[in-house]
Amino acid sequence: MPAPLIRTDALVKQYHLGANVVAALRGVSITIEAGEFVAVMGPSGSGKSTFMNLLGCLDHPSSGEYHLGEQEVSRLSGDQLAVVRNQKIGFVFQHFNLLPRTSALDNVALPLLYNGTLTAERHSRAAKRLAQVGLADRMDHHPAQLSGGQQQRVAIARALVNDPMLVLADEPTGALDSRTSVEIMALLQTLNRAGITIVVVTHEHDVASFAGRIILFRDGVLLDDRVNTAKDAGAELARLPAVSPA
Amino acid sequence: MNFLATLRVALNALRVNKLRSALTMLGIIIGVAAVIVMIAVGQGAQARVAEQIRSLGSNIIIVLSGSVLSGGARGGSGTQQTLSEDDAYALAREVDEIQGAAPSLRGTGQVVAGNANWSTSFYGTTPDYLEVREWPIAEGRGFESTDMNSAAKVVLIGQTVAKNLFGDSSPLDQVVRIRKVPLTIIGVLDRKGQNMMGQDQDDVVLMPISTARKRVLGASLAKSRNVGSVMVKVRQGADMSEAEQHMKELLRQRHHLQAGQDDDFYVRNLSEILEAQEASSKVLALLLAAVASVSLLVGGIGIMNIMLVSVTERTREIGLRMAVGARSKDILTQFLVEAVTLSLIGGLLGILLGVGGSLLVGHLAGWRTELSIIAIVLAVGFAAIVGIFFGYYPARKASLLLPIEALRYE
Repeated sequence: MPAPLIRTDALVKQYHLGANVVAALRGVSITIEAGEFVAVMGPSGSGKSTFMNLLGCLDHPSSGEYHLGEQEVSRLSGDQLAVVRNQKIGFVFQHFNLLPRTSALDNVALPLLYNGTLTAERHSRAAKRLAQVGLADRMDHHPAQLSGGQQQRVAIARALVNDPMLVLADEPTGALDSRTSVEIMALLQTLNRAGITIVVVTHEHDVASFAGRIILFRDGVLLDDRVNTAKDAGAELARLPAVSPA
Repeated sequence: MNFLATLRVALNALRVNKLRSALTMLGIIIGVAAVIVMIAVGQGAQARVAEQIRSLGSNIIIVLSGSVLSGGARGGSGTQQTLSEDDAYALAREVDEIQGAAPSLRGTGQVVAGNANWSTSFYGTTPDYLEVREWPIAEGRGFESTDMNSAAKVVLIGQTVAKNLFGDSSPLDQVVRIRKVPLTIIGVLDRKGQNMMGQDQDDVVLMPISTARKRVLGASLAKSRNVGSVMVKVRQGADMSEAEQHMKELLRQRHHLQAGQDDDFYVRNLSEILEAQEASSKVLALLLAAVASVSLLVGGIGIMNIMLVSVTERTREIGLRMAVGARSKDILTQFLVEAVTLSLIGGLLGILLGVGGSLLVGHLAGWRTELSIIAIVLAVGFAAIVGIFFGYYPARKASLLLPIEALRYE
């Protein structure tokens, strides 16, 4: 049996606020296999965002272990983590975080800039990913010329451009209307079926319902971890009243 | 991340904020242009002084006749002609450091040619005079020893005299009259320009000393050999003060002066005055460059200011770049390259403005300006250093941001 994609062991994260020590995570041990679609839920302050930051190698745990694939990453330096993020993880943010006044193609190609990929290859790989998310005809558009849903697709294409093991989506539908949200979830489901592990942080049950597994945080500990019968976003989309295309 | 890609990212960031980039650059543009113009003006002034020294001959010593004492009132130098033509020949012959010595008698008068006339100074001197003053002849010939011996009625005229009497037509072989004596022009002197006092050196007529004495200046001087001054040229490389010392000794001896008696002549060394002027123009040039450098420094602070604002404003962008794999050195390089690109583009535009400005100043103010490659290289090098120096702090600040805090920054 292959090693799990993600294995955390008693992960603890404490913040020092003046003289007080606030524990955001109080020992989380969890295993996520390659190919899973996991929704992380919980109220604000539950520690789910902290957990995401640790999974995304954006932050160091105060104690505990985190194995990403074969690699123990919790003790790596900032620059080493940058390399891990570049190679193994794709990020999707609530507010898209695209570079303004920069074409969709260049936005998608951004991660390739930091691993020495040559210009021609950067462009061809970025173009391929944009086509994959259905934006082949929008490559030269700037974010301001795209709808919210299209911007999030660009962000997803960017997350995929380095062929990551893991895509982390932090409230990916938080800034979108409900129909567009379902579209984005459908896209994530499609990617998941193609073999990419996806972890989505959300506080919306509708969004979580598209995941195959739901993890619930409260007060920095894992409260619930259950298998979910995922709704099919594509079918859901068909049921929704048609609107003029975004 | 390779350098070309970094450069492209930097250029893109600058293009996105066109107005701000342009305004930031303006500081550097003005700074570099100011340095170039100021150095050009300073060097122009220096070159002018140097040229004056050359035109006068920096190795020239003038010996003037002493003053007359009548009733307790001393006249000025030359009121009594204590020097003689033979003193000049003796100096040339007996003092090793001296290359040539030309005695001269000065007079002033109206020069008449046809219906034109012009008031000027004339000098009776020897053929050595032109050599001592390093003064070539533009057309015609100089006078020779035969002219000296026969007190030939020939003259050389300066450019100013030629222009005023003959306009554009050739003065050669024309006859002019000075104090009613007709004299034939055998040569025109090359243009010498102004001396350091602003006097026009081309406003002059030269003639053999014998001609001046016997035919022009009049009977009272005809039999004497006395002269007003002797112009002496010291050999290249010889020590000026030593030459001066030896000259004084020889002249005292020839004039039979006892120890303790005052010299009956004056020795003027022009190079000292000129050197002082050159030194002061050097100080001026340095001062101008220093003032200009301050504006370059201010431009650099402008860059730092804008880069700091830019780092704060783009915190989320920095966070995103870090999230997708930028290491802190990538971020550092990006912002540093932005700052240096700003200052280098500013520097290049500054060169254009500086060169244009120098030419304009030269043209409008009539000042002499001298562009120097060194000044240009210096100004642009300084601009790049300013970019690196003032860009480093903001860039480092950006590179030290933590990715999760930068991403969350509102």
